[in-house]
Amino acid sequence: MAVALDLTVQLGQMLIVLALAPLLTGYVRKVKARLLRRQGPPLLQPYRDLLRLVRKEVVLAQNASWLFRVAPYLIFATTWVAAALVPTFATGLIFSQAADMIAIVALLGSARFMLALAGLDVGTSFGGIGSSREMMIASLAEPAMLMVVFTLSLLAGSTQLSSIAASMQGPGIGLRVSLALALVGLIMVAIAENARIPVDNPATHLELTMVHEAMILEYSGRHLALIEAASFLKLLLYVSVIACVFVPWGTAVSGQGLDAYVAGLGIYAAKLAAAGCMLAVFETVIAKMRVFRVSDFLGAALMLGFLATLLLFVSRVT
Amino acid sequence: MALAGLLWCIATLLGTAVAAIAMARHRSATTLVYGVALCACVIALAMAGWSLLTLNSLGQALTLPVGLPWLGAHFRIDALAAFFLLVVNLGGATASLYGLGYGRHEETPGRVLPFYPAFLAGMNLVVLADDAFTFLFTWEFMSLASWALVMAHHRRPGNATAGYIYLLMAGFGTLALLLAFGLLAGPAGGYAFDAIRSAQTASLAGAVLVLALVGAGSKAGLVPLHVWLPLAHPAAPSHVSALMSGVMTKVAVYGFVRIVFDLLGSPVWWWGGLVALLGGVTAVMGVLYALMEHDLKRLLAYHTVENIGIIFIGLGLALAFEANEMPGAAALGLTAALFHVFNHSVFKSLLFFGAGAVLTATGERDMERLGGLIHRMPFTAFAFLIGSAAISALPPFNGFVSEWLTFQAILLSPALPQWLLKFLIPAIGALLALSAALAAACFVKAFGVSFLGRPRTEVARDAAETDRWSLASMFVLVTLCLLAGILPGYFIDALAPVSQALAGAQLPRQEQLDWLTIVPIAQSRSSYSGLLLFLFIAMAAGVGAEVIHRWASAATRRSAPWDCGFPDASPVTQYTAGSFSQPIRRVFGSVVFRAREEVHIPPPGDASAARMHVRLHDVPWDVLYVPTAKLVNLAADRLNKVQFMTIRAYLTLVFGALVVLLAVLAVWQ
Repeated sequence: MAVALDLTVQLGQMLIVLALAPLLTGYVRKVKARLLRRQGPPLLQPYRDLLRLVRKEVVLAQNASWLFRVAPYLIFATTWVAAALVPTFATGLIFSQAADMIAIVALLGSARFMLALAGLDVGTSFGGIGSSREMMIASLAEPAMLMVVFTLSLLAGSTQLSSIAASMQGPGIGLRVSLALALVGLIMVAIAENARIPVDNPATHLELTMVHEAMILEYSGRHLALIEAASFLKLLLYVSVIACVFVPWGTAVSGQGLDAYVAGLGIYAAKLAAAGCMLAVFETVIAKMRVFRVSDFLGAALMLGFLATLLLFVSRVT
Repeated sequence: MALAGLLWCIATLLGTAVAAIAMARHRSATTLVYGVALCACVIALAMAGWSLLTLNSLGQALTLPVGLPWLGAHFRIDALAAFFLLVVNLGGATASLYGLGYGRHEETPGRVLPFYPAFLAGMNLVVLADDAFTFLFTWEFMSLASWALVMAHHRRPGNATAGYIYLLMAGFGTLALLLAFGLLAGPAGGYAFDAIRSAQTASLAGAVLVLALVGAGSKAGLVPLHVWLPLAHPAAPSHVSALMSGVMTKVAVYGFVRIVFDLLGSPVWWWGGLVALLGGVTAVMGVLYALMEHDLKRLLAYHTVENIGIIFIGLGLALAFEANEMPGAAALGLTAALFHVFNHSVFKSLLFFGAGAVLTATGERDMERLGGLIHRMPFTAFAFLIGSAAISALPPFNGFVSEWLTFQAILLSPALPQWLLKFLIPAIGALLALSAALAAACFVKAFGVSFLGRPRTEVARDAAETDRWSLASMFVLVTLCLLAGILPGYFIDALAPVSQALAGAQLPRQEQLDWLTIVPIAQSRSSYSGLLLFLFIAMAAGVGAEVIHRWASAATRRSAPWDCGFPDASPVTQYTAGSFSQPIRRVFGSVVFRAREEVHIPPPGDASAARMHVRLHDVPWDVLYVPTAKLVNLAADRLNKVQFMTIRAYLTLVFGALVVLLAVLAVWQ
């Protein structure tokens, strides 16, 4: 019985992240538009976009290879799996043993690897510019993220997200400088990885500074829908990681029964809404930076993560 | 009797080498040599694997009456040797299989065929050697055989220099090892490994460590002793490049492990810090060098430098933990390093085979002259793609598992008592993370520029898929990359006797865990299941594809690329390897390589082309090697005078030397 419930929770988690991801993006867009005193597209617009895209035919470039056609499925699948392994409304997912936080970061790395290759496949200059810059950004963002993971796992004594969340709720943590540094570093990484302002502009198209959009320029129809869905999922994933680690309260724990899960779901939705709101405000008040300033931005994130780890190594009494 | 069987395999290889000299001109020589080498390696592989699983802790020993008359040649196979024999012969078997096809394109088989089996035999013998003399002799034999293979195409530009630098560095490395063994043997001069182990009198243990690091590290490619490697490895024929990069560097790692973990006795804490720091610096420098490179094979050689760095990080951590009597953590570091040894030998061979296939098909190693090969060589492209994903440490492939284990070992290090290590090891963790991310960038470049996009030259446009032998060999390795990635538990269990023998502990048994999850320390601490991830990804992709193909539009139309409404007709407008790595060069290269870009734009009205010139400095070369070479030249010039003296002066010199020696002896006593 307990196993059946756990399985349901895991399956529910997979479906919930998939169902909620476009809503989060639509919500952020809506809040941003309201902040600019525009009406903005309806909340459900991302779903409609996806539906419209999957109904359209695919226009493939003449020299697109098999990799170009396979990549969207793999990118979507890896991102979805990664998102499904992050505890959202409940910890102690039955398959959480499959991947710890390092593996989740690496899974996103796999998705990015495929995406960057797909950007190079047709052999256009825009695809190249996107892939090249994406890999430059990743080469700093990924170590920064890993340093944050190091910090958290040193505090919690584990790299499993469920254990980290559990120990963050526990009494022994308290306020620490390392945690604050790690939070700032993680937010900076999340902004860069999700191609948000100030690193990249998700609303842009046909601009010389674009990164993510440049890579997927040649995609259309169902392929584009999959890649868009993957990027929605990625945003949800990062918000969930931040919520799960730094605001762990209210998350249901395995074996607590149905009402705890329902409450956990409500609280999770509230966390998403709050994070989406903050992201929109942040994006509205800041200007996009030049591409080569990005390395300073992410270098700072890397240093923050490193400093957080170092402080822990030094302060730890064993 | 596995040991005798292995020695017979080696004898067969040596016999083939001798026979190949006689019949190199014969038409079927290529098939015969590679066929025999393949059989010998497969048999040796089976025996090594069997020994690894069944041997007791002592292993088997054998003494042959060759070599030094009072010493004989000692051979022994224990768990460590069995594991490295497995790596060597797996590499040898796949390279021979590949050679069956690739070797037919060889213009001068007479320069390759005799040395190829000799090289294989040399590597096997180093791992089996059980006394210092046999070890050094076979080590030199291996070096010289590989040198001959590097010089196979000695008339090509650059190869002669590569061979020269390789010979110098190999000699230097062996000298360091010779001194290390001298110190180990002590005044008693017991050169059998047993005698060294039981004596444990190495008073200058720190010096032995440094000498072993220099000797084995120069062969493995530790920065700053790596300079020969990216020159020599690519110069050899591709299957030999694969052996040198994938296997010979591992034999060097074996030498280091044998001396430091086995013969030298209990370590001191700073050894671990030194080794891990060198490893971290090597990893990042290697991958940065690779990013600046656009010669496909040289890029792969620089990645060997990077991966050797990762291996040495694991070894350094193991030493640091062992010095502080934390055997469980030491076992984790050592297992991570040895698993990476296996993984790297698999995917690096695979990638070199892919590069060899490209070289056969196009005659080009320069990525800027390739492009679009995925259409003409779909199977090679697929194999190279898997190898690229594996070396970039992407799940669910094998490279990720060993790097994940290394990270787990790093996360255990706050328990170390030394403050220096507490500061150093997080920094090494950051270096490792940086090198993993940069490796992914580098392989997006390598695969994307060579195989994707549009062909940049006619040779790339007219390329054809490579032969079946080569493809078979590549796909064996592709399978291994995936298997070791999704079933790592079995591989970790197989390494248990090695870590038990060297670190005094082993990781918990992995094979009974649900879903073949690997749990290095405890379930609550960290776990990873490649199998589950692989199944999940396959399932998610399957569900996605099924849903889309059932309910969505399946219409597909081919048309010209969109490219923002400005499609360029000419393939030169694509991103090149140089332009791809330009952002990274700006971010990292300006510090590490003192990279400078000079742009010359003609004045208005002048229609000539603009030019961009990039200047990179190879800092270790400029700082270390150029001054050394100058110093040697200067000394040679000065000493030249000694050549033209009278007999009387020479006699005076001899007399003076005698007096000085006797004086030294008198003071010593």
